[in-house]
Amino acid sequence: MESGSGQSGAPVERVEPYPDPAAEARLRRQLEETWHVPAGFLGWFAVTDHRTIGRRYIATAFVFFLIGGVLAALMRIQLAVPDNHFLGPDLYNQVFTMHGTVMMFLFAVPVMEAMAVYLVPLMVGTRNIAFPRLNTFSYFVYLFGGIMVIVAMLVNSAPDAGWFAYVPLSGPDYTPGKRADFWAQLITFTEVAALAVAVEIVATVFKMRAPGMSLNRIPLFVWSMLVTAFMIIFAMPAVVLGSTFLLLDRLVGTHFYNPAEGGDALLWQHLFWFFGHPEVYIIFVPALGMVSAIVATFTQRPIFGYRAMVLSLVATGFIGFGLWVHHMFATGLPQLGLTYFTAASMIISIPSGVQIFCWIASIWRGHPRLTTPMLFVLGFIAIFVLGGLSGVTLASVPFDLQVHDTYYVVAHFHYVLLGGAVFPLIGALYFWFPKITGRMMSERLGVLNFWTLFIGFNVTFFPMHILGFQGMPRRVYTYPAEMGWGPLNLVATAGAVLLIAGGALFVFNAVRSYVAGTIAGDDPWHGETLEWATASPPPVYNFLHIPVIEGRHAMWDRSLAPPVVTGLRSDCREVLITDVMGAEPVHAYELPEPSIWPFLCSIVTSAFFVGSIFTPWALPVSILPLTVTLIGWFWPKPHPNLRGDQPLVRPVEAEG
Amino acid sequence: MRGRSTRPHAACVWLSQFLMVLTVGCAGNQSMFNPQGPAARRIADLGLLMIAICLVVYLVVIAVAAWSLLRQRQASDDSAQTTARLGAIVAGAVAVTAAILVTLTAVSAAAGRGLTSPTSQDTVTVDVIGHQWWWAFQYRSDKPQDFVTTPNELHVPVGVPVILRAQSRDVIHSFWVPNLQGKRDLIPGQITTTWIQADRAGVYRGQCAEFCGHQHAKMAFVVVAEPMDAFQQWLQRQRQPAAEPTGDQERHGRDVFLQSTCVTCHTIRGTDAGARVGPELTHVGSRQTIAAGTLPNSVEHLRMWIANPPSIKPGTRMPPHGLSPEDFEAVVSYLRSLE
Repeated sequence: MESGSGQSGAPVERVEPYPDPAAEARLRRQLEETWHVPAGFLGWFAVTDHRTIGRRYIATAFVFFLIGGVLAALMRIQLAVPDNHFLGPDLYNQVFTMHGTVMMFLFAVPVMEAMAVYLVPLMVGTRNIAFPRLNTFSYFVYLFGGIMVIVAMLVNSAPDAGWFAYVPLSGPDYTPGKRADFWAQLITFTEVAALAVAVEIVATVFKMRAPGMSLNRIPLFVWSMLVTAFMIIFAMPAVVLGSTFLLLDRLVGTHFYNPAEGGDALLWQHLFWFFGHPEVYIIFVPALGMVSAIVATFTQRPIFGYRAMVLSLVATGFIGFGLWVHHMFATGLPQLGLTYFTAASMIISIPSGVQIFCWIASIWRGHPRLTTPMLFVLGFIAIFVLGGLSGVTLASVPFDLQVHDTYYVVAHFHYVLLGGAVFPLIGALYFWFPKITGRMMSERLGVLNFWTLFIGFNVTFFPMHILGFQGMPRRVYTYPAEMGWGPLNLVATAGAVLLIAGGALFVFNAVRSYVAGTIAGDDPWHGETLEWATASPPPVYNFLHIPVIEGRHAMWDRSLAPPVVTGLRSDCREVLITDVMGAEPVHAYELPEPSIWPFLCSIVTSAFFVGSIFTPWALPVSILPLTVTLIGWFWPKPHPNLRGDQPLVRPVEAEG
Repeated sequence: MRGRSTRPHAACVWLSQFLMVLTVGCAGNQSMFNPQGPAARRIADLGLLMIAICLVVYLVVIAVAAWSLLRQRQASDDSAQTTARLGAIVAGAVAVTAAILVTLTAVSAAAGRGLTSPTSQDTVTVDVIGHQWWWAFQYRSDKPQDFVTTPNELHVPVGVPVILRAQSRDVIHSFWVPNLQGKRDLIPGQITTTWIQADRAGVYRGQCAEFCGHQHAKMAFVVVAEPMDAFQQWLQRQRQPAAEPTGDQERHGRDVFLQSTCVTCHTIRGTDAGARVGPELTHVGSRQTIAAGTLPNSVEHLRMWIANPPSIKPGTRMPPHGLSPEDFEAVVSYLRSLE
């Protein structure tokens, strides 16, 4: 393999007791050349490298997170005192709709997928993500969708019917203009981007794992992303259908949701929540994987109950699809059906409970080092358990009929989404920052950062439970003084100040550490999984040799002279395909070169999506350019080094 | 709560005190923990029970987590024996969780059974009609001319279940009087039903609970519960057409009203005004609030409202008036006289 001439072409496992330094250097040079990231202005748009796209995805998602945070701050200012005139109803309704929309569709789901785009190929030990051009396409579609809706907001055309846009309010009769169309098309953008990444993750996890990483050795974070990817694949089509119907109702006058013409207003709620409830698990399940990774590393022990953890993740993925009606208890559906959804909503807390108990058992046994990532995990447990329990109360139909659509629900979902997903995410960023950038984040600022966010979070959101009991509905732009909701709202706003400060502190710490943090080295935490086996930041080819996995805990179970894969070509972008169950080598496969076509395709796609807000002609007009870009994208191009007798896919024999 | 002993544990005392503080803190006029009817009381009891159980579970989980974090490590922690014991403990914790969840599901279902329909057969039925952004309550009768429609003010007899048949004229709204009952959505194209019952005479505030556009925040109403006699008298009064204006100014006000754009939206029974776009005004002077529970019904507030409705409820369909000052004052006097 060192020579790269591809003589036998069969990747085999090889023990490498005495690596030859000169050969290693040659190999490194050749891999660098083969896997180079295209340079220059055009190169920026042609990149197909999962680390580059992953970094961009994470950074972009954080920009949207900050935008969503600013919108939240505006809301808290408006609600700080009764009868406030800071924002009028028109602006407030746009702001709260955009806050929900940006946080759910432009931050939470994309940032979790972004973490997977960066980490999963490293954790399973391969050189790039599956379908790398699709990955590039996905990022640009996401970026353009986000830009579209932000521009709409800046020209006072932000959606204003709530992040779940109930019809008929969001329909043509009650939201004239283009506000709801921007919302519906943003959903389309997000769907396309998310589905693309989900397919890449499934393919990467199932077919590109390093030899030896059988199903029962997959890291928990990778399992969580696999479950998430499947949930995306099954949940998104429902909302694709829903938002397309909405757009058709608005654009060409269909009547899917118009009861006067035989349509049904509740159809939207079923379609939306069949996606919308799994959606919150799509955000939350990756966070579970992050928590497992952090707990394992800082207790320096495997997570207690690997099998129970994996089964819980999978169970969450399944049960998550059986709860959607608990958002619709007040619509007057038949009682017996509602009881089923109560039971299902209760049951889903069992897999979450299993995971919480297993983490506590891991902590009990492991005596963790209280680093910043670990603090965020402990904060996650304190907040998420409360949010989970308030979720249990919401499963009860009678109780839900009182607190539904009040600030109790607002408190609940911020406890489970901010506490359950964003706290682990920030912990995860502290944890993987050294891998991604090569530098450590400041621990001192990190601890301060944690406490600001933790206190700020609870001061902001805990009072909202009580506001809900006091009868304050959500989505009101103001409230009369005599309702007595003023003081607690003021407390919540004060907490929001701390939250904002915490967010700013995180950004400051990240920027400062990026520039001047201590150099991390390959493995600063003595991590469990494969990403710590390579340099920080990882080289363009990820691993000099594709490793062979010797145990469930790739790094901790590694022998002194670990076996590696040989026989993969280094003169073209060849990766190893393994089988789903046992990760036995099956064949070598060449990934495509970087290309500008996915970017061009994303431009045409975006033009089509934005254009169809205004005219149905966008579809026929964009078909031709779309076809051209797709032909360019998939044009078979023989690799210059590829000899005629070497097919793209070479059968190999597994050994060792 | 299984396993609650008869002796009051310190924790139980503390918990009940905490819940009391919570409940007292929630004694506002729109609090679910200030129930004034059987349905709301049932839900409040269920809520307190569930919150108590969840609070205990939370404290136990956090206490165990804190202890796990702070305890001294022992050499035997990594032994196979300890692992097996930890596994048994985790399994036990899961079993307890499952038991609690089954209990909660059963308790919730039992509480829910009594909520769907009232036990008493003796009921009053009212139609609830949601509009952007106000409510109409319609009392039917054998004779169509005896139908009564009151905007934003639902009168009910004390101690009698009132069946509400809810429908929407435009978007989805949700009928909610926290002191009396949980929510019921008003869905265009459907009729949904719920019921309320007030145990005591009083005025209970309700408000739309499903986001319905611009003025969702100011789509409130009041429920006036009064003894059966008073309720019947009120209903009888409402059946009458509008009072004939007595004074000159009121008479002038009526003429202005009937000749201006007011009639394109409003009804005053007994006059030619019969439009159904906005709230009926036949007995507007007798109502407690105007603008869907937004302002108290006083002459100053009425003046403020008619002068410039969008300044109070931006987005409202009612435009600022285009009347001369004299005509404006006359209309206000006329409306005040419609008791």
